[in-house]
Amino acid sequence: MSKNPQLGTIEELNEMARQIRRDIINMLLIAKTGHSGGPLGTADIFTALYFNLLNVDNENPYADDRDYVYLSIGHIAPVWYATLARRGYIPIEELKTLRKVNGRLQGHPAPFKTHGVPGVELASGSLGQGLSIAVGTALGLRLDKKPNKVICINGDGELQEGQIWEAVMTAAHHKTDNLIMIVDKNDCQIDNRVQKVMNLDPMADKFRAFNWEVMEMDGHNMQNILDTVNKAKNFKGKPIVIIANTKMGRGVSFMEDDYRWHGMPPNEEQGKIALTELAPTKFGDFV
Amino acid sequence: MKFNFDNPELKETRQAFADALIKLGSENPDVVVLGGDVSGSVKTNVFRDAFPDRFFSVGIAEQDMIGTAAGLAVAGKIPIASAYGEFATGRPFDQIRQSVAYSQMNVKICASHCGISVGPDGATHQSLEDVGLMRLLPHMTVLTPCDYNQTYKAIMKCVETKGPFYVRFYRDKTPNFTDPNEEYEIGKAQILKEGKDVTLVASGLLVWEALKAAEVLEKDGISVKVINIHTIKPIDVDALVKAAEETNLVITCEDHQKQSGLYGAVAEVLSLHRPTQMDYVAVEDTFGESGTMEELMRKYKINDEEIIRKVKKHLKK
Ligand SMILES: Cc1ncc(C[n+]2csc(CCOP(=O)(O)OP(=O)(O)O)c2C)c(N)n1
Ligand SMILES: [Mg+2]
Repeated sequence: MSKNPQLGTIEELNEMARQIRRDIINMLLIAKTGHSGGPLGTADIFTALYFNLLNVDNENPYADDRDYVYLSIGHIAPVWYATLARRGYIPIEELKTLRKVNGRLQGHPAPFKTHGVPGVELASGSLGQGLSIAVGTALGLRLDKKPNKVICINGDGELQEGQIWEAVMTAAHHKTDNLIMIVDKNDCQIDNRVQKVMNLDPMADKFRAFNWEVMEMDGHNMQNILDTVNKAKNFKGKPIVIIANTKMGRGVSFMEDDYRWHGMPPNEEQGKIALTELAPTKFGDFV
Repeated sequence: MKFNFDNPELKETRQAFADALIKLGSENPDVVVLGGDVSGSVKTNVFRDAFPDRFFSVGIAEQDMIGTAAGLAVAGKIPIASAYGEFATGRPFDQIRQSVAYSQMNVKICASHCGISVGPDGATHQSLEDVGLMRLLPHMTVLTPCDYNQTYKAIMKCVETKGPFYVRFYRDKTPNFTDPNEEYEIGKAQILKEGKDVTLVASGLLVWEALKAAEVLEKDGISVKVINIHTIKPIDVDALVKAAEETNLVITCEDHQKQSGLYGAVAEVLSLHRPTQMDYVAVEDTFGESGTMEELMRKYKINDEEIIRKVKKHLKK
């Protein structure tokens, strides 16, 4: 795949997102361990980013002009690995090695320099740390007068970590408008719905009060994702947060909007049903 | 003591935590539990469902959890703060240092999913430095029980005893082999086997590995003493010095970085009181990775095979 392979149409992007969901199910079926809910719920956003919105090059993952992606919620790594594989960063067959010993597809993203996959800047998995790093990179890029964008993907439960709000203040104070934070707002975390564990609403008001520009999008509407992120890329003067309304486990009926699927893989039978609901695509499976 | 090496009973140590919590909750109304969105994993959900008024959800906020626990202790409660080993110690280290250890608050930090036992989750979730971090703090008592029965006793005892505690246990099922009726005393090493040629000083998950190794070594004519250090701090100096006098070779066994954990603790004691030839079975100053617990114990050389290799290296029989 060459640099910036744009999938031209909304239909094609949706088909790729469905393929990535199939890949996630197949990876988890082989690994028999790992997270289903978050990865399925963010497949549309990852597809839009890597197949349309970002300036990235699979053949030169650390090119000077790349847009930076930080996955602060390392546990949804399967969607990132599947997307990177479909985008040509790693061989598609490597998806078989998720969470296996001596592999690169670590349970939570490992640094590429030691044993992770290309495209990953540094480790994540311990929640709440990504936004600070994204702010740091945004400040560094601005110092060098570079146009690169920095994307940070966060969970809604993750926003309960205090460090997030320290970074929210730093970003606003320094007006890092080259930073786009995307919050996967699925109202689910491990123990229960976010509202039950530790309420975060009204989330948009919180960010506004901290001097951020707030945008919202339907995280499963491809056109809406493209339009919102493009608008965010052009926004000037403040850091931007996009609150993405999503459903955990999106695409698999019995997982949808159910927090119990946060950290579970499907069993064989559930996997079969999932793969029936997510119809095969022209891109083909890796198994 | 005889152990069933072929077919040991397997039980989760975190279940011992849950079982002890239920007993403590019904006996002592001052016992309260804090949850950080991992209550299903660390099994505090059992306490939450039984005593909902005494369970406080703090969200994914470990630093806040430790601070809240310290505040509850000021108010006369006995707070039990629980999370995965790494996020219970590494993330809120300064909060533990100032608000719990230095201030000598009656807070019990009980961590599940410790060491390499979280396997496939990988390095970010494998706490291989937690014992070192907690042992470093003045006033902190550090308990590393070796199985279900001992974890149950450790939890009961830490709540009965005033002061800051760190208790370390695991996610997966592990052999349950200690006598449930044997007395358990904080700070007193458990002698599991006597021997003359070498002492294996083990802790946590590695106690069972040490026992297995001893069984094999005895068949090769090597007499092995096995000590379980279930209290890393305060450590049982007398038991260690006595063992060093008896065997002249001491090998520590732990699922933790070699620096700062059990090896460090034992070396500190023996270098001062009874300089002795020592070696270690521990993680070699490296981070872990994804894999099953067994695969990782083999790859990172923290199992019975490695213990046997180290013993034979020194005794060259
Ligand atoms: C510092 C830290 N504390 C706890 C955890 C355990 N943990 C992993 S994911 C998760 C829930 C995250 O919720 P959210 O951000 O909403 O992600 P989702 O469940 O929607 O995928 C928790 C508590 C962790 N990885 N890091
Ligand atoms: Mg969520």
